[in-house]
Amino acid sequence: MAELRYLEDVVTLECDRDRCIGCGMCSVVCPHGVFVLEERKAVMAARNLCMECGACMRNCPSGAITVEAGEGCVRGVINELLGIEGPCC
Amino acid sequence: MNAPATGNSPGMILPMAKEIPSGAGEFRLPSTDQPFVLGTVVTAVGPVPQIGSELFWRDLRGRYLVRWNIGRDCYSVEPGLYALGHPRDDSPVMVTANYKLTFDLLRQTLSGRDLWILVLDTKGINVWCAAGKGTFGTEELLDRIQASRLAEVVSHRRLIVPQLGAPGLAAFEIQKYAGFRVVYGPVLMEDLPAFLENDCRATPEMRIKKFPLKERLVLVPVEVMQGLQQGIPLMLFFLLVAGLAGDGPFLNAALVHGLPPALSVLTGIIAGTIVTPILLPWIPGRPFSVKGALAGLVLFFLVFIVSGADGSGYFMLEPISWLLITLAVSSWLGMAFTGASTFTSLNGVRKEMLRAMPAQFAGLVLGIGLWGASFWLG
Repeated sequence: MAELRYLEDVVTLECDRDRCIGCGMCSVVCPHGVFVLEERKAVMAARNLCMECGACMRNCPSGAITVEAGEGCVRGVINELLGIEGPCC
Repeated sequence: MNAPATGNSPGMILPMAKEIPSGAGEFRLPSTDQPFVLGTVVTAVGPVPQIGSELFWRDLRGRYLVRWNIGRDCYSVEPGLYALGHPRDDSPVMVTANYKLTFDLLRQTLSGRDLWILVLDTKGINVWCAAGKGTFGTEELLDRIQASRLAEVVSHRRLIVPQLGAPGLAAFEIQKYAGFRVVYGPVLMEDLPAFLENDCRATPEMRIKKFPLKERLVLVPVEVMQGLQQGIPLMLFFLLVAGLAGDGPFLNAALVHGLPPALSVLTGIIAGTIVTPILLPWIPGRPFSVKGALAGLVLFFLVFIVSGADGSGYFMLEPISWLLITLAVSSWLGMAFTGASTFTSLNGVRKEMLRAMPAQFAGLVLGIGLWGASFWLG
């Protein structure tokens, strides 16, 4: 099957190597295998596969990971553009 | 009760806590007056509702209907602690959402096992979407642990939480405030038996969310229903305006000038909500709006040319307007499928929408404009 990939270089995922304590939780919770542990530090091996779900950031005990997390959902973005608080999906 | 902080409401100690809802953390077991409850299991804290793995006609009917977007907004079970089979104090605790579809699939998947199921109040939304909204989250789990007096029901301190719940829930905070260790289960429920048998260890493949054909297929009916909801008013608009403004009797004019653009809308709906989801990996282009438009283009020619309704006999602007209408609709609905897909990011969708929406809007307006112009000019 052809690979499913979305747009390149759009995600806001960042990982601060200095703050990383190497617990590996990000590589456990990421549903797209973005993180791998190298020399007891988390490395973004497949950053473009990130879907900004925010699981890694939420479960990082040292606050090393930041991402603008949210649902990539048309209605949500329209609500945001119109400046209204509304349900997403 | 050897877990720290279980005596306090977690909202009082969590720095990011919002206002505590009334009744949060107060002892409460789910009602036994729910159709799927078989009886109760006696525990240290009282009778816990017992459920089985077998689904009955009523459950299957509900599942079928929500797959067609019927009653999907209020398909839930009462949150709280349930006993599947005959669990003991050392049986595993599975955490899940109170979307009944999820709850039913879970008890069906765990058929033949005895364990505890802790259902969070996610307002009837599935685990992943609820985690994204934060309702499947740290505070709700802390509240639910306390409200169920889970630490008195089980002797161990381990919770199995679906991996896709992780966007809403911080494992280290659950450990810190409730004393329970969160073990993230596999992405797919069907991997749960293997996970449990492997001493609660997931293989790397179990951690990856894929989006195979069978998953995309299940989503198609809901997409179609939502597409029709938006598209039918537009189809009626074309039929009505053509009937009123065209030459001759209403019905004749509606058929001659109104039916083709209505059919164009329908073609766009089929392309965007059926063809795009099914052929997603094989349609060229990364943005879903492009995939949708391409699906619409191909389907348009299949429908209008292969079927023989090639627009000959019409003023030339009219068939062009049909194409524009199909493209606008299929591109828009294809883009809407990002919300159901499993690999699109918020910033990606935002970027795509800011580029695609002007084109879709222009296509639709131009299409309607040309259509209107053509059958007055033609």
